[in-house]
Amino acid sequence: MPNRFLLLVLLATCCIQIQAKEAAADNYKAYCVQCHGSDGKGDGVNVKDMPVVPRDHTDAKSMSGRSDATLFKAIKEGGASIDKSILMPPWDGTLSDEEIQDLVQHLRVLCKCKFGS
Amino acid sequence: MRKTIFAILILLGFSGTGFAEGGRLQNECSTCHNITGPAAQTLKEAFEKKGPDLFYAGNKYRQEWLVSWLQKPQRIRPAGMYYGNHIKAGAKSDEIDVSTFKEHVALSKADASSVAAELMQLKPHDDLIVKEKNETGAISKQMGEMAFNKFLGCMACHLIEPEYGGLSGPEVYTAAKRLQPEYMASYIRSPQAWEPKSWMPNKHLSDINIQKMVNYLKILSKETENAK
Repeated sequence: MPNRFLLLVLLATCCIQIQAKEAAADNYKAYCVQCHGSDGKGDGVNVKDMPVVPRDHTDAKSMSGRSDATLFKAIKEGGASIDKSILMPPWDGTLSDEEIQDLVQHLRVLCKCKFGS
Repeated sequence: MRKTIFAILILLGFSGTGFAEGGRLQNECSTCHNITGPAAQTLKEAFEKKGPDLFYAGNKYRQEWLVSWLQKPQRIRPAGMYYGNHIKAGAKSDEIDVSTFKEHVALSKADASSVAAELMQLKPHDDLIVKEKNETGAISKQMGEMAFNKFLGCMACHLIEPEYGGLSGPEVYTAAKRLQPEYMASYIRSPQAWEPKSWMPNKHLSDINIQKMVNYLKILSKETENAK
């Protein structure tokens, strides 16, 4: 009986997590597009008065200079954590680590690049 | 059917005379606003929002502002509720597509007072409000602006004056006129406590910095009022 209960709890936890996780493309649309633009080119609706232009995520040259770990840190802890702009906020209160990992992979699709390539 | 009729009336610029009867929130406002809660739990729900959640209006708004705004509604979020539904490609960057907006219905003074009073009854988040206190502290506009823009980067998404700042969030130069100080403090502390899918990040501000920002927003709104 306790085993069955444990199984139910595990199942419930698993399902809740599946429900809570958003697709990377949707998270990008929700949180990144406002500054990085509809196509990820760093030209979002907010850029007009920004002293620092947001990163162009389609720029393979600059994006390949950042490791996945650096991109993860920038998204999770904000631009300042990698000595970049404070205008890039920390998203750790919004996104789970798994969602941030997925976003890093989404960025790799946008730039069509890998670290060091 | 009622919802369809109301939507048509909004499009036609309905004056709001039909608000004389009770149950307005359930019958009319709920077409575009969440008046029962909970807040959107998924991005799909959040993308579809047409207006701000009102189910905690009594914890959020200043009643006198509600009465005034409902008679003469003006857009507070330059790019709408979900900016992605209201932008188009521009020459240099994404731009707001104003053709996508619909006007909010304007109410008579009596109806605005009545609806505002009804909204102020909605207080499911007293638990969050009670944790906040607003201490009127000394912060100059200059220091507040420096923190808001340069140290915290809030200007990325918010207008601090009609022509300066970001567009995806609500304008902040009227925030203190619209919002209760404890709500502002609570929302800055954790936007996700109010809206799990809020576009606003939690910047992990200390108590002192939250107070400073709330007091800066008060200065901004006062200045905006004085400039009229």
